[in-house]
Amino acid sequence: MMRLPWFDYRAPRSVEEAAKILAWEGDGAMLIAGGTDLLPNMKRRHQMPQTLVSLRQLEALKKVANGSGLRLGAGLTLSELLAVRGLRERYRGLAQAAAQVATPQLRNMGTLGGNLCLDTRCTYYNQNYEWRKAIDFCMKKDGAVCWVATASKRCLAVSSTDTVPALIALGARVKLVAAAGEREIALAELYQNDGIEYLKRKPDEILTEVLLPKADGWTSSYWKLRRRGSFDFPLLGVAAAAKLAADGTVAAARLVLGAVSSHPLVIKCDALIGRKLTDDAIAAIGEAAESRAKPMDNTDMDLRWRKHVVADFAGYALRELRGDDMSAMRLRIAKQMV
Amino acid sequence: MSAPRKRLEVVGKSRRRVDGRAKVLGQLRFADDLQLPRMLHAKLLRSPQPHAVIESIDVQRARAHPGVHLVLTGKDFPVPFGIMPVSQDEYPLAPERVRYVGDPVAAVIARDEQTAGEALELIEVKYRALPTIATPEEALAHPETRIHDYGESGNIHRNQAYEFGDVDEALAHSDHVFDDVFFYEGNTHLPIEQQASLAAIDGEGKLLLSSSTQNPHYLHRQLARVLQMPASQIRVIACSNGGGFGGKCDPGGHEFVVCKAALLLGRPVKIGLTRQEVFYVHRGRHPVLMRLRTGVSQDGRLTAMHLQTLLDGGAYGSHGPAATFYSGVLTPVTYELPRFKFEACRVFTNKPACGPKRGHGTPQPRFGQEIQLDKIAEKLALDPAELRLGMVTRPGSLTASWLRVGTTGLAECIRKVVEMSGWKDKHRKLPAGRGVGIACSTYMCGAGVSIYWNKMPHSGVQLLVDRSGQVTVFCGSTEIGQGSDDVLAAIVAEVLGVDTGVVRCVTGDTAITPVDLGSYSSRVTIMMGNAAVQAAERMREQFAGAVAEQLGTTPERVVFSQGRVFAAEDPGRGMSFAEAVAITESKLGTLSAVGSYTPPKPPGKYKGGGVGPSPAYSFSACVVEVEVDEKTGWIHVPKIWIAHDIGRAINPVLARGQVIGSVYMGLGEALMEEQAFRRLPPKLSGALVHRIPSMLDYKSLTALDMPEVEVALIEDPDPNCPFGAKEVGQGPLLPVMPAVANAIYDAVGVRIDELPITPDKVLAALELKAAGKPPRIGPERFPEVPYPKPMFVLPPWEGGDGNESKMPRPLGVAAS
Amino acid sequence: MSGTARIERRRNVQLRLSVNGEDTEVSFAPYKTLLELLREDLGLTGTKHGCELGECGACAVLIDGEPQLSCLKLAIECEGRAVETIEGLARGNALHPLQAAFADHGGSQCGYCTPGVIMTAKALLEREPNPSRDRIREATAGNLCRCTGYQQIVDAIEHAASELRGEAK
Repeated sequence: MMRLPWFDYRAPRSVEEAAKILAWEGDGAMLIAGGTDLLPNMKRRHQMPQTLVSLRQLEALKKVANGSGLRLGAGLTLSELLAVRGLRERYRGLAQAAAQVATPQLRNMGTLGGNLCLDTRCTYYNQNYEWRKAIDFCMKKDGAVCWVATASKRCLAVSSTDTVPALIALGARVKLVAAAGEREIALAELYQNDGIEYLKRKPDEILTEVLLPKADGWTSSYWKLRRRGSFDFPLLGVAAAAKLAADGTVAAARLVLGAVSSHPLVIKCDALIGRKLTDDAIAAIGEAAESRAKPMDNTDMDLRWRKHVVADFAGYALRELRGDDMSAMRLRIAKQMV
Repeated sequence: MSAPRKRLEVVGKSRRRVDGRAKVLGQLRFADDLQLPRMLHAKLLRSPQPHAVIESIDVQRARAHPGVHLVLTGKDFPVPFGIMPVSQDEYPLAPERVRYVGDPVAAVIARDEQTAGEALELIEVKYRALPTIATPEEALAHPETRIHDYGESGNIHRNQAYEFGDVDEALAHSDHVFDDVFFYEGNTHLPIEQQASLAAIDGEGKLLLSSSTQNPHYLHRQLARVLQMPASQIRVIACSNGGGFGGKCDPGGHEFVVCKAALLLGRPVKIGLTRQEVFYVHRGRHPVLMRLRTGVSQDGRLTAMHLQTLLDGGAYGSHGPAATFYSGVLTPVTYELPRFKFEACRVFTNKPACGPKRGHGTPQPRFGQEIQLDKIAEKLALDPAELRLGMVTRPGSLTASWLRVGTTGLAECIRKVVEMSGWKDKHRKLPAGRGVGIACSTYMCGAGVSIYWNKMPHSGVQLLVDRSGQVTVFCGSTEIGQGSDDVLAAIVAEVLGVDTGVVRCVTGDTAITPVDLGSYSSRVTIMMGNAAVQAAERMREQFAGAVAEQLGTTPERVVFSQGRVFAAEDPGRGMSFAEAVAITESKLGTLSAVGSYTPPKPPGKYKGGGVGPSPAYSFSACVVEVEVDEKTGWIHVPKIWIAHDIGRAINPVLARGQVIGSVYMGLGEALMEEQAFRRLPPKLSGALVHRIPSMLDYKSLTALDMPEVEVALIEDPDPNCPFGAKEVGQGPLLPVMPAVANAIYDAVGVRIDELPITPDKVLAALELKAAGKPPRIGPERFPEVPYPKPMFVLPPWEGGDGNESKMPRPLGVAAS
Repeated sequence: MSGTARIERRRNVQLRLSVNGEDTEVSFAPYKTLLELLREDLGLTGTKHGCELGECGACAVLIDGEPQLSCLKLAIECEGRAVETIEGLARGNALHPLQAAFADHGGSQCGYCTPGVIMTAKALLEREPNPSRDRIREATAGNLCRCTGYQQIVDAIEHAASELRGEAK
């Protein structure tokens, strides 16, 4: 049986206390919320924190508040997130993304904050210690080379979160709390294109809250490519959101790709502003998205094909925004209605 | 004695399986569920090198680690093992050479698994790397990089050729000759239960191994050999297996390790493999490259086939000699084939050993043949179902290779599946992007010969009955989830006219059950079942003789039904089963009966003719519907129909479960399952690793990916089988993969001649089609394989007698 | 608050939780997950494991009524929680309708994934007494099975659902 290494454990009662512990313990401490990402990594000896700081007792992280938008506690499980009233109607793309994360049981455990901080993934990295030893390890952990592209100076592990593209498309911001103070940034600003240093979160910061702007006039959609109807991380995530006038003219639009880079890829949609989502307009954005995507051979399925279908998936998302009935296609791709 | 005919009361009725209750209560003990006082835990250190010489192993630090009781290395195991007598090429711990990443080299036994794991990291092994072989092509091209120093030559493990009638001559006279190359990627069993074993020394000082094994008898023999102990001092209990599918047929290094440790320490020692280790133990489907040259007459009859296969065996022999045969021998059973030539070669590579997986060697040529038939039907402008119907083998006939077909319900299977699926309204008639495909198959009901040469029965059953009315049945058969205990109970209950609830099954225990060879080759229902029928009939005969007088009738007229025993002429007067037992016990003393089963001698007498014969063959026909997105190649399977010739279903709910489960596994192999490997850039690294040894990355279908399956069981009882029941555990897997490929062709007009069939391949083929090129993805060529000169055997209809004979036309003379 | 708010290296810890309705107190090595605690320290081996990485669903149990994977649940985080396992499902000697349906309708072949699927299905039927076949497939999509092809699992859950609805009348 795969087992965890030994660790020390702290379960603070408040965000402030947690932040203090983090500040005190330094690099040896890691936060644990749902544990669905961290514990497999610990079992495989990717991460061996001296101390686990548990967020499970922090009621503040479970809060949901409506105001000028929607404030979501980072400690909500994905199932709890999906149960937030009005989420599916107002923030459909987020609901579609959250509903396709992992499996039903894992969604009962994994948290929104955890999905935002999800470790980047790579088939050279997400392996047991013994396997990684057989390739003399890799840049991301214990080794020197990125085996995905040996000339690469940086790690090419893939951003594999479903909710982040959906949230960025919706214009989400996040709150980070440290002992020294707190800050609020656009979610897109949390990430950088590096498989190792993929988060700009400081080690002593706790991601406590996700803030969504008002959804008035906005519509959103998320499409996920994966081999199976469950379990799998995205091989491609396409999140789209647009503010449409009554006649269908685009007032604002965002398209974000997941799983084709070490960070979520924001695709410029300026060309759509003031136009309608015609087939031609959709195709043009799809082509732009496809040219930006750089899938590598470090996840499932053929990489050329994964690049090829970016335009198709972007098309599905944009057509869904336009109001096309995509249910038959969604059933074939997602294997379920989400 | 033939008892008066009565309607079947147990057989053929859907019932709760006898082990069902324990399973749903979580009460059933699988090997890893066992715990004993003072139990220690073992873990294995496995090679990170794909091919290397072990220069030294230093275990001092591990031995000194607190909590460690013992460290074992290759030195502790001087005797090799191997499931087949001709391939004793593996050591529980590699003594001097490692041949794949994952080859075990040392073991730590400690107070708990955590401690054992920590100590493993303290073992220092120095390796000297050797060149590696990753593919069969490399294996043939580099005989100097020899993985084993035995075998045919270089890296060829097995190499064989047979010719039944002059195939070149027949091809030369055929209206059409189809020449196709196919590739079937390897895949693995992925049982949800990871192998576990617990060894202990019992109160008498004997060794007891409780293990997740499909074949306790073969394991028992191998333990005696490797541990150099008399078999009488060893007891193997096959725990209920959490899925097998062939993956728990071979003895595993871990089983010898815990036994040795328990013997040295005098304490129970347990091991549970991790999922990654299960991928390394493997013994799964061989990757096979194959070429089929098939002659056809204009009216849609096969004239001859020349089948060539090249098997990627991985690092060890395992069941390889059998798999090599099975990559061709069952091919002539399905359709009439006047002449057949079969050449097969298995090579070693530096990857986990391949072995038997559900269908053992036969899904690969079946995939090729059934796609080729689809191509033939199109060329001849025939309906693929009609083409097949026109050439199914006849009941009782012999094949060109001297296999006796026995009963066959294949024609009925085809008709049924065509009807259920609405084939005639769908094939070549559905809108673009949607299509249906058909394929058929056959499988054996047990191998005609044992894995080691002997003249003893293949299965034995013993019955004990006493005055309580309880029936205890003992058999070495092994429950791996397929329902063998239920079959055993049902057969005994049927013969004795009791409910399965009074039958207690004791199975898979080499100390107290008669030998049964194990759960492989779909042999259990037939062989164990026939032995059980014999034992139960002998028991019934004793009862009938003892109670006839009291019932005022003759023994032949005594009826056993629904827990009662009575005279056929006066059902109202009689006694309970328990009363009948008591009377019999009073007259005859303690009651017992045994039965055994040995398969009939095969008609083929040529050397090698022992592989392929079976007491009976099952047949299946399958239709798959697909929807293919022409822009992306995305494949969706909305529905599958399958008809399976089972002879008779002992317990229909379980039989249907076996069929659907087979379809499931076949669909996974068709679409995504892949035991894939990866090399790193050779200038930087010598690594050769399994790409994805995990449940997440090795893709198996979830509940959302699996379509509904409509099943028809075709029941035409086979006289060689117990109550006519043939196999159902493996055969229904076989037609699924080619049916998917054929459906994709019907949907979008592209041929994917290799597995798995993935959207990228479909899209690539669609692009070829759009460019006006042959719309096909698959292997381009079949390599030069140095097959031996074939053994020539004349088919029955050409005057042969089943022995090797001279080729009528001297070799080298062109067929005109 | 008990001692589980803080643990220190390589010492066993004490934990109180409810297991199948019984208050349970156990001392165990703190690196253990709930899976290990149940199987090794409480002897409840009905909960199975197939990967210990959250990739198969065999270890699913109910925590406060919700199906979760015991292999990714720190045991120390189960302080005060109510854990239900397959061993706690039957009432006396009578099988739970789900158990009976799995045994009767082919939902359980080798039986190894069965406890995880049954516990997951129990939570489903408590929330949705009359789920469609598609909905059953969605709810059990986190439980891999290699034997059944899932169809008879869906059959069994449908049967159990109708049985349970009948009882409720």
